[in-house]
Amino acid sequence: MTGPDTFLLDGEEVPFQPGQSVLQAALAAGRYIPHLCYHPEFTSHGSCKVCTCKVNGRTVASCTTPAEGAIEVESETDELNELRRTLVQMLFAEGNHFCPSCERSGNCGLQALGYDLGVMTAGFRHLFPERPVDASHPELWLDFNRCILCELCVRASRDVDGKNVFSLGGRGLGKHLIVNAESGRLADTDAAVDDKAMSVCPVGVILRKREGFAVPIGRRRYDLSPVSAQALQDAPRVPEKR
Amino acid sequence: MTANTPAYESSVRRSVARWNHDAHNLLQVLREVQEDCGHVPPRALAMIARVLRLSYARVSGVASFYSFLATEPCGEYRILFSDNVTDRMQGSAALMDALCHRLWAEPGKVSEDGLVSVATTSCTGMCDQGPALLVNGRAIASLTAERVRRIGDLVLARTPLADWPAEFFQVQDNVRRADLLLGSEFVAGDAIRAALQRGTRGWSERAANERSWREAYVGAALGPVATLEEIKRSNLRGRGGAGFTTGIKWEACRHATGMSRYVVCNADEGEPGTFKDRVLLARHADLLFDGMTVAAYAVGAGQGFVYLRGEYRYLLESLEATLERRRREQLLGNGICGEAGFDFDIRIHVGAGSYVCGEESALIESLEGKRGVPRNRPPYPVTHGYRQQPTIVNNVETLCAAALVAIHGGDWYRGIGTLKSSGTKILAVSGDVARPGIYEYPFGVPVRQVLEDCGAAGTQAVQISGPSGFCIDPREFDRRIAFEDLPTAGAFTVFDATRDMFQVARNYAHFFAHESCGFCTPCRVGTSMLVAAMDKIDAGYGTQHDLEEMNRLNKVLLMSAHCGLGHTACNPILDTLQRFRPAYERKLRSLDFAPAFDLDESLARARQMTGRDDAGAHLENLP
Repeated sequence: MTGPDTFLLDGEEVPFQPGQSVLQAALAAGRYIPHLCYHPEFTSHGSCKVCTCKVNGRTVASCTTPAEGAIEVESETDELNELRRTLVQMLFAEGNHFCPSCERSGNCGLQALGYDLGVMTAGFRHLFPERPVDASHPELWLDFNRCILCELCVRASRDVDGKNVFSLGGRGLGKHLIVNAESGRLADTDAAVDDKAMSVCPVGVILRKREGFAVPIGRRRYDLSPVSAQALQDAPRVPEKR
Repeated sequence: MTANTPAYESSVRRSVARWNHDAHNLLQVLREVQEDCGHVPPRALAMIARVLRLSYARVSGVASFYSFLATEPCGEYRILFSDNVTDRMQGSAALMDALCHRLWAEPGKVSEDGLVSVATTSCTGMCDQGPALLVNGRAIASLTAERVRRIGDLVLARTPLADWPAEFFQVQDNVRRADLLLGSEFVAGDAIRAALQRGTRGWSERAANERSWREAYVGAALGPVATLEEIKRSNLRGRGGAGFTTGIKWEACRHATGMSRYVVCNADEGEPGTFKDRVLLARHADLLFDGMTVAAYAVGAGQGFVYLRGEYRYLLESLEATLERRRREQLLGNGICGEAGFDFDIRIHVGAGSYVCGEESALIESLEGKRGVPRNRPPYPVTHGYRQQPTIVNNVETLCAAALVAIHGGDWYRGIGTLKSSGTKILAVSGDVARPGIYEYPFGVPVRQVLEDCGAAGTQAVQISGPSGFCIDPREFDRRIAFEDLPTAGAFTVFDATRDMFQVARNYAHFFAHESCGFCTPCRVGTSMLVAAMDKIDAGYGTQHDLEEMNRLNKVLLMSAHCGLGHTACNPILDTLQRFRPAYERKLRSLDFAPAFDLDESLARARQMTGRDDAGAHLENLP
């Protein structure tokens, strides 16, 4: 039985506060739903679709679906995890992800998700897009090869830094991250190394210069515990009022 | 016309002033500067950003979303061939080759002298008179080898577009069967006057937040609700394809809380094979504007928009002239038909090449000057639409039908058609038929009858409602056009037995990949993976695995895509695979190992460089 302020997640009751999404409520209750573009500090926008669940039989992105009393949510099913694995494979195939040489390996949300979901193969023929690196800024560099278009930097720069350093250009497979300068170079924006936007990238696009491999591989964030455990540690336990 | 002259500066200033210095109108400013200058150079983007107080990245992000906007020069003449499957069937590829040859142009690139670029674009809505192209945004249909040769001459002679033969730009209406809508005898304002006269007694219901019917005139509160009741009684359903009940949509908007309400006409007819709205806009604009005004009256809206697809830009002047005449006739503006407080006006926004903007929430984003990305719903536009205010978005044909309901009443309308599909439906018939064009039928008409009427022979398949709809084969020709059976936005594309249904599906797969907005992972990547699989099969390297792969992609798209584009992107492939499997299988290789490329061919370059061509330099000859 569920009351007006609880719903069922894989058969177990999860409490929620008005305004919470299904994903927020689940994480706050210590229940992990795989996700990638969601971040507890920013507005959900639901583009990666990794958090897709079945809500009353309908598949929806759980990060943008409001929690409601008595709904039935399925998440840990073979069908949904297979979907999530495929979405992760798509993201790997879309960009140029060479984990062994990536500074973010071990700290990377995409890589961690791949391990946690058990993505064992490439799945798709990789597209190998050409995406030049922007090393114009004295303290930061951008390796667009690894961008998964989660827009966390866009949201952080807009909503926290008030700067709009990042935005999106193009469409379809040509969609790409752009910076706020006519020259297209990060150096010509007002980006600063301490901006929130510079620390939210879940993959290895936004990197600090002169700071490579400060923590050795093997002792990095997701080397210590899987993303499913870390996401629960990061989730606000007391639901935020909106 | 070059980026170096400040030509764009006066254009930007003019356009920004025309659009009230309002950043919501960014797309319109970009589109007009593009029209004036041939492209929108980064300096112009920066200037627009400055005067509209937007970030450069925001303006540049919008400019790069729409396929008709270019930030680099695309030639004094930018020629875009419509690339729908019907254009292909009518020989567009050969014509494009011929033109490129004549102009010494490489497809997709600007000629070295900067004179011309030749490329393709998604269906331009001229399927009944194709092949078609756009030159600097102007539509030219009924292309022949002779016409293309003359176009080549005009470009080479640098003849201004205004001096090109007028008959090039003529677009035929091709109305083949008219029923109550296309055949209606209608005087501008009839529907509005009927709505104002209706229901002066008996109705006292009001919108939740209103003091008068629109904060103005208590006495008139009766009329709008009576009109709303007629629309509900008519059981009119949306003609854009989804079939949502119009009366319920209007009522939800009327009852929603907001500062102001909006009526939006979706004239972004982008579904390949659909061109019925083009004819309605050309011939029945007054009926449409009456319908919009009736809708505004019923929901209490003060502002309306027509979102006209960029391909129909050539209709803009005549539509604007009609609006201007209606203002003079007191059918728009303040105190419409002398009714105090009945204030409503309509503004036309022109799209810039994006199919996904036909989705209502993406359309609203685009109206607000943003990238045309569908919103997360709920909330729906009826409560949070344009500028987060209650908004109804209706198809052109729906609003025209609503005007007729306002005149003749809901019961009259409901008496036509079938139980769940009242009224008539306009079909846009093209492909292998003797008489392509516009056919209006009462709902419930069997596919077979349409095929007979349009003179189709040896029909192998009909694509109903475009690639996002259904592909049916002769065993299904007794099925009926109706929401109960085959719902449709209007496209009715006929393929005879000579057509390769695999190529039809491949054309549609390319369309979806080209038009994906790129917001969500499954559609952004999945539609391209579908194209890769279809192209691989086409190149002769397909295997059974690729068919399974496409099934897997279909499941991913259905389960997780953000909007209808992704949900339906696999339809043409799955439908044809189910009905015309041999068309696929005869292209498949059934080998134990099937590489995605020709191993031996990939050594060709090495052979060339080493000057070898002996047996040992070929893979298949190795022991």
